[in-house]
Amino acid sequence: MNAAVVTGIGVVAPNGMNTEEYWNATLTARSGIGRITRFAPDGYRATLAGEIRGFDPAAHLPGRLVPQTDHSTRLSLVAADEAVRDAGLDIGELPEYGVGVVTANSAGGFEFGHQELDNLWRKGPEYVSAYQSFAWFYAVNTGQISIRHGLRGPGGVLVSDEAGGLDALAQARRLLRRGLSAVVTGAVDGSLCPWGWIAQTATGQLSAAEDPRLAYRPFDEEAAGFVPGEGGAMLVLEDEAAARKRGAPGVRGRILGHAATFGPKPGTVPPDDATALRRAIELALADAGADARDIDAVFADAAGVPDLDRAEATALTAVFGGRELPVCVPKTLTGRLCAGAGPLDVATALLALRDGVLPPAVHTRPSPRYGLSVVVGRPRELRMRAVLVVARGLGGFNSAMVVGGSH
Amino acid sequence: MPDLTLDELARILRDCAGEGESAGRDGEFADLPFTDLGYDSVAILETAARLKQEYGVVLTDDEVMEIGTPGRLLELARRQIAGAS
Repeated sequence: MNAAVVTGIGVVAPNGMNTEEYWNATLTARSGIGRITRFAPDGYRATLAGEIRGFDPAAHLPGRLVPQTDHSTRLSLVAADEAVRDAGLDIGELPEYGVGVVTANSAGGFEFGHQELDNLWRKGPEYVSAYQSFAWFYAVNTGQISIRHGLRGPGGVLVSDEAGGLDALAQARRLLRRGLSAVVTGAVDGSLCPWGWIAQTATGQLSAAEDPRLAYRPFDEEAAGFVPGEGGAMLVLEDEAAARKRGAPGVRGRILGHAATFGPKPGTVPPDDATALRRAIELALADAGADARDIDAVFADAAGVPDLDRAEATALTAVFGGRELPVCVPKTLTGRLCAGAGPLDVATALLALRDGVLPPAVHTRPSPRYGLSVVVGRPRELRMRAVLVVARGLGGFNSAMVVGGSH
Repeated sequence: MPDLTLDELARILRDCAGEGESAGRDGEFADLPFTDLGYDSVAILETAARLKQEYGVVLTDDEVMEIGTPGRLLELARRQIAGAS
């Protein structure tokens, strides 16, 4: 069986609107977290987010797409454009039904939906946009990317909260095994509107801090929640032989293994139970044919919620115990991006593998009791072969992915 | 109720569904199929909703789907506007 190789990367993040801008910001610890500006956050429990600011959709997308798309869909189209460009993918030269799209989403076009609810309430039913029929929907990013690039292969969407982004990449890898040439896959997510914000604050997991330096401090004794954000990454995933055959300009890395598990019913185990997450990590390693010693670094889920930090640390030390395994949390610069988090971490891991450098976490002083070697303060140089990415979603979703460099 | 012109209809289309794929709004625009202009059925539904709000023009969904071109839509709408005044 051929490997699934990443041939294109597209990034939209609060600290960078393309891959290299984001990577540069990440290595220099430039944060995209601040007080919410898109709506007045006064009166909500949490007021900080990783916002993508100054985005002008008309500068990136055809005019026809603007009235029918949510902010997060526009951002996902921009990321997909970059990924397809980076891969040098010429759709016309590939089999008509040979290129698919798989994305993940946690909420769909919430902001669009919010505006249409507002129209319904203030003006009446006739003023609700006909585009509401699909603009709100979880699968809308898959559909719009598919239409924009003429990708007529299988399309799908994974909805498993923050774990969904990794699950989408895994589904794309399955499609390649079934004979597809390429899949545009990943997730761009976030719903920073009042309607989305009440859904996110309802979890009780958001940081109430008003100072960005004190807000999102995973694995810190002072950890008290996380900061959400918007953005993510889209990748072009190809069958290695197909990529070679078409003369793809470059291989950015490989998806080596993946596993997803579902945790026990809440309340039946302690909130810091690590069993299901540990199993996802072990199964991902097994899927990659890798041993714990083959993994050179971890990109952590890093919930910033003490019970969840403890569960992740327990799972990681159980699998990698006794080793000084570097743990990266670049999402301390962007916030946690819902389904966008996993693909952005995978993109970041591929860039880290390429350049032999691990990005630092900011604002956190990792507690020794977790037993993790979190990379903080400045980047750490390290030659690596394989990296583990972990993502967890609300309600028990666990996902783990092993990614390798281009060689 | 003001008269509806082709320019005005083009503005409503742009407002509702964005800039079309053909920028020309001369005589040719009126006779080009909506699909050639880059406007799909949802774009036409959205435009029909706006014509109702601004001009009181009532078109059934079936009528909307069969209209075909901006020129035909203009003709149907103007007939209703004239009939109402």
